[in-house]
Amino acid sequence: MTGNGTGAGQTLAERILARAGGLEQVTPGQIIDGRVDLAMMHEQGAQTVQPFHDMGASRVWDPDRVVIAIDHWVPASTEGAAVLHRILRQFAKEQGLPHFYDVGNHGICHQILAEHGWVVPGDLAVGTDSHTNMLGAMGAVAAGIGPTEMAAVLALGKLWLKVPPTIHVRVRGSLRKGVYAKDLILRILGEIKTTGATYKAVEFSGPTIERMSMSERFTLCNMTTEMGAKCGMIAPDATTYTFLEKIAKHPMHPLAPDADAHYERVVDIDVDALGPMVACPYSPDNVRPLEEVLPKHVKVDQVFLGSCTNARIDDLREGARILKGHKVAAGVRFIVSPASTSIYKQALDEGLIETFTEAGGVFTNSSCSACFGGNMGILAPGEVCASSSNRNFPGRMGAKNAEIYLLSPAATVAAAIRGELADPREFL
Amino acid sequence: MRDLIEGRVWTLGDDVDTDQIISGKYLTVIDPNELKKHVFEIALPEFAANAQAGDIVIAGVNLGCGSSREHAPQALKAIGVGAVVADSFARIFFRNAINVGIPTIEAPGVRALFEAGDGARIEMGAGRVTNVRTGASVGFPPLPSHLLELLEAGGLVEKVKRELQAGRADTAR
Repeated sequence: MTGNGTGAGQTLAERILARAGGLEQVTPGQIIDGRVDLAMMHEQGAQTVQPFHDMGASRVWDPDRVVIAIDHWVPASTEGAAVLHRILRQFAKEQGLPHFYDVGNHGICHQILAEHGWVVPGDLAVGTDSHTNMLGAMGAVAAGIGPTEMAAVLALGKLWLKVPPTIHVRVRGSLRKGVYAKDLILRILGEIKTTGATYKAVEFSGPTIERMSMSERFTLCNMTTEMGAKCGMIAPDATTYTFLEKIAKHPMHPLAPDADAHYERVVDIDVDALGPMVACPYSPDNVRPLEEVLPKHVKVDQVFLGSCTNARIDDLREGARILKGHKVAAGVRFIVSPASTSIYKQALDEGLIETFTEAGGVFTNSSCSACFGGNMGILAPGEVCASSSNRNFPGRMGAKNAEIYLLSPAATVAAAIRGELADPREFL
Repeated sequence: MRDLIEGRVWTLGDDVDTDQIISGKYLTVIDPNELKKHVFEIALPEFAANAQAGDIVIAGVNLGCGSSREHAPQALKAIGVGAVVADSFARIFFRNAINVGIPTIEAPGVRALFEAGDGARIEMGAGRVTNVRTGASVGFPPLPSHLLELLEAGGLVEKVKRELQAGRADTAR
């Protein structure tokens, strides 16, 4: 093999992008035309239809590699949302796009891609949502793009990408009871910050990651978006293959980083001593140990257990386990929104919905729900929310001066019980 | 795309995310002329009613972080903003803005040189942004050729249109 100029091997992102570009190897900064393996659209995809036609495109390049999953307003909660849904349904019909996850078969777009095996190792996947990064947990490069760019992808099956330098996050140690993948990613965000990975790839590895379930890996890769990263990823292993064994929609092309890969930066984390973490208003990188914030007695008006970051079945199980035998504190609105309809059904079968609702919570239909401030669970001025979601910028969930604290699902439930931020370990 | 872009400056701070540019409650609006009434509603409330075609937005670091929504650059395009300049951009916002055809320039150190209402002069080829009032200026690496081509074409829609037409011409030959 010829050298890439530095004499170093390839990171996982470089390996995958070399494959997408039909090249033997690539170098950070190089611009490639990447062949797209999977294109995902949610409601924002409605804005791809006009540019698609304006480009003079007639057919989608490969209907079997396009997934439409509506999730922000399901079922439609406004006339505007209903129009977006109708535009997408008409486009799918006109173009013969069979993979449309419509009302009744719906879920948060990234969860749909995950649980139906739409993204597999080695893929280049793009979606019209910034948290598309989550699918990097499959050992893929998965990135968010805007709707005009998606129109070009639908027309040509490719897009230009600048090969990003990679930050290597190596994690060792065991997460203690009451400490979760969410606490780990918040801890990492506190170090890398919201701009630390802009235009870059983040690759996770190490014994802690190897022991993690796919659900936990999704949580990690999901919030690389909050670091500004183009993509976050984990090399595929037995856990990945087992998860995808029966559901993979396309052939896998497993790729691994070279042992002598060149990383722009290496971050080493030991989780043995890690406790519950919290991102305080108004930035996901304003991260502190939860213990430091508890003496302030932060009262909450609303608690949200949901979003693509943390609303899978293990998140709901852990929340229900903590909640069992308790009541939601008076004056607190506790909203639980599963990440997909199949998770909804599983929660029903396992009696979790009963646990949440008996305690005084509201268990909603699957959607992005309160996370983005445009559908339900909207905050009034000055209100405070403890949330398992991913962003807490001003105005994210409604009023500009409402406050959002980002936590693990277990810690959000602890806050629902106490009526103020609380340590989940007291309930375990 | 012109090599020299001049206009009146609006300033923004650091980490202005897409929720502060176009709030989540407007995401079902897809008409750019409606969206432009709400652009920067949280970050710079006086902007939407007073911004003119040709004005230049100058921001600090990480402009446009957060969501992948293209509503923000669409709204700026509808206003006719001459350019968006920042110390740094979040990646999706940068791509979206270029794709809709707005000259989008990353010039580290630029924000500190400007106050709201100053005049800015941007030399695209030379890679320099100058404050017309104070004379202070900062350089930037000129955009790579494939992005300049994209802006020359007026955005991604026009560029792909040309590519598709050329492809069809090839096939016909």
